[in-house]
Amino acid sequence: MILVVLENQRGNIHAFSKEAVVAGQQLSEKLGLDLSILCLGENASSLREQASDYSAKNLILAQHDLINSYSADGYSKALAQVISELSPKYVLMGHSYMVRDFLPRVSAKLDIPFVSDIITVDYNSDSPIFSRQVFNAKLATKVEATSDTVLLSFQSAAFSSDGMQIGGSENQSDFSVNLEASDIKSQSEAEFQESASGVDLTTAELIVSVGRGIESQDNLPLVESLASAMGAEIASSRPVVDMGWLPPYRQIGSSGQAVSPKLYLSVGISGAIQHVVGMKGSKTIMAINKDEDAPIFEIADYAVIGDLMEIVPKLTEEIQK
Amino acid sequence: MKIAVLTKAIPSYESSIRVDSSGSWIDESVVNFVVNESDSYALEEALQIKEKLNDDTEVVVVIMGNENNTSKVLKDGLAKGADRGIFINNENIDTDPLSIAKLFSENLKEESFDLIFSGLQSDDLGSGQTGVLIGELLGMSTATLGIETKMEDGNIKVKRELESGWFQWVTLPFPASISIQSGINEPRYPSLKGIMGAKRKDVKSLNISSSGDNKQKFIELFIPKTEKVTERITGDVDSIVARMLDILKNTLKVI
Ligand SMILES: Cc1cc2nc3c(=O)[nH]c(=O)nc-3n(C[C@H](O)[C@H](O)[C@H](O)COP(=O)(O)OP(=O)(O)OC[C@H]3O[C@@H](n4cnc5c(N)ncnc54)[C@H](O)[C@@H]3O)c2cc1C
Ligand SMILES: Nc1ncnc2c1ncn2[C@@H]1O[C@H](COP(=O)(O)O)[C@@H](O)[C@H]1O
Repeated sequence: MILVVLENQRGNIHAFSKEAVVAGQQLSEKLGLDLSILCLGENASSLREQASDYSAKNLILAQHDLINSYSADGYSKALAQVISELSPKYVLMGHSYMVRDFLPRVSAKLDIPFVSDIITVDYNSDSPIFSRQVFNAKLATKVEATSDTVLLSFQSAAFSSDGMQIGGSENQSDFSVNLEASDIKSQSEAEFQESASGVDLTTAELIVSVGRGIESQDNLPLVESLASAMGAEIASSRPVVDMGWLPPYRQIGSSGQAVSPKLYLSVGISGAIQHVVGMKGSKTIMAINKDEDAPIFEIADYAVIGDLMEIVPKLTEEIQK
Repeated sequence: MKIAVLTKAIPSYESSIRVDSSGSWIDESVVNFVVNESDSYALEEALQIKEKLNDDTEVVVVIMGNENNTSKVLKDGLAKGADRGIFINNENIDTDPLSIAKLFSENLKEESFDLIFSGLQSDDLGSGQTGVLIGELLGMSTATLGIETKMEDGNIKVKRELESGWFQWVTLPFPASISIQSGINEPRYPSLKGIMGAKRKDVKSLNISSSGDNKQKFIELFIPKTEKVTERITGDVDSIVARMLDILKNTLKVI
């Protein structure tokens, strides 16, 4: 059996979960194994309704009062019970922040491998081979996992939810979870958003985005001048915000804003996936990096290979002419 | 309170990353090893907790790897203010997060740490699992992506980063294993006094007997393929800038 676990995101099936269903449908077809979809915990019955037209053999509901809201303790214990009972060959989820938080617990509880953040699956061998990014996306690796059950999580957009097969499930069933209050050691409070302030970069037409390659705050005026010469908004990667050189609302990426300007000019940014998810929708991507193998070049339309300290001031000067 | 901080030595971002002759690892001889980014935030958080509690709290830096790659990172941790170090000498290249976590938990069990801090993700393997795995193996409560911590009523409260600008507070009883997100604080630099003092600090070296059974392994490293047709712009600064201007003006018409 292939088991895909759906994640609730404020009332809806998480976008990553839909991609995991597509991955699951593909694995199920290639390996000739049945596909089951599990709606677990928070909001599970509504998730089951939302998933009612996903093509699968079984649609399973696993609910319990103690997992009506998410906790790593409760979810890991409940999912471990489902896996022990059903013995799926592969358990699939999206590589979300929630999955980072609890799926390793299931791996340790059951002593089974968890291959995280997968980008592709290859089938030209006895068992599927999974590829993941390593060394900050500079390289990728093929991973082989050997175990009766293997946990898998997929990087966002590794599979497209457009490929979803529709058709509904043959069976619906309920799984009874056994939990006691003492199993839940941690207490979670409600999710909240920090008051949005600053600039909305999502509507910007031109963005000049700066990364750690700028080296110090003192060099920041170089890119600020370029941005103002071009009439562009300035944005950045996470380290620049972490170091306090620019305010958080300038950050692009999985924990920042997602933008799709006409031109995204990236300056001294390596192209880690958590950054790329926030800007790969840009119409044109031009990237300056001194490392000709920088991962950002894999998604760039224009790969400018050179030293930003020389190129940026010169370019600014020429634009200002 | 006893706090362990896992700090990993990883290739610096300027290092050239080349696949070695085995095909399943990189050529380490041309690599400069530095502390993993989120781990340095984890260490700072532990040091700040120690300073705030102002009692006999102990901060212990823990590192696993071979001596050559790790010694500078370990010394740096001690120089920044950790009280002592634990070095788990592992000459093997382990890539399975579960076996890595087992090595940590077997070697740390006796210490009975109240808190284990780790980074949310290592820059080399990128599994994003080790801290949580160790927590489960040692029967601790766990949380990930900590972006703020507070001691409260004998528990630790952690503000967790969720996706796209959402957050959540969780309260964890001790012992707890918590992974830290970058940006939580401002990591300090070692002071001269710290650097001198580090030499006298205790480092316990542990040797591992074997690397355990790996349930997943790297079989081949490769350079990712380009998704797009990319024009590569190279040459001297003048010709690079001339081509960029031409694209901005004539192709994209944005200036
Ligand atoms: C859960 C999670 C969430 C995250 N969220 C985000 C997020 O929202 N946004 C984000 O950006 N990151 C995020 N990250 C971090 C991300 O993984 C990377 O660490 C980060 O994006 C790297 O930033 P960078 O490219 O600026 O720095 P580096 O990776 O350090 O790259 C610097 C680049 O500059 C180049 N360079 C250096 N000097 C020069 C020069 N003189 N001229 C030209 N080029 C030069 C180098 O070759 C290198 O490629 C997150 C990570 C995790 C695990
Ligand atoms: N060999 C190691 N030495 C010290 N800390 C480690 C080691 N491996 C993993 N860690 C810790 O675990 C975190 C997550 O690593 P990973 O699961 O590989 O992404 C890192 O940020 C470190 O804090």
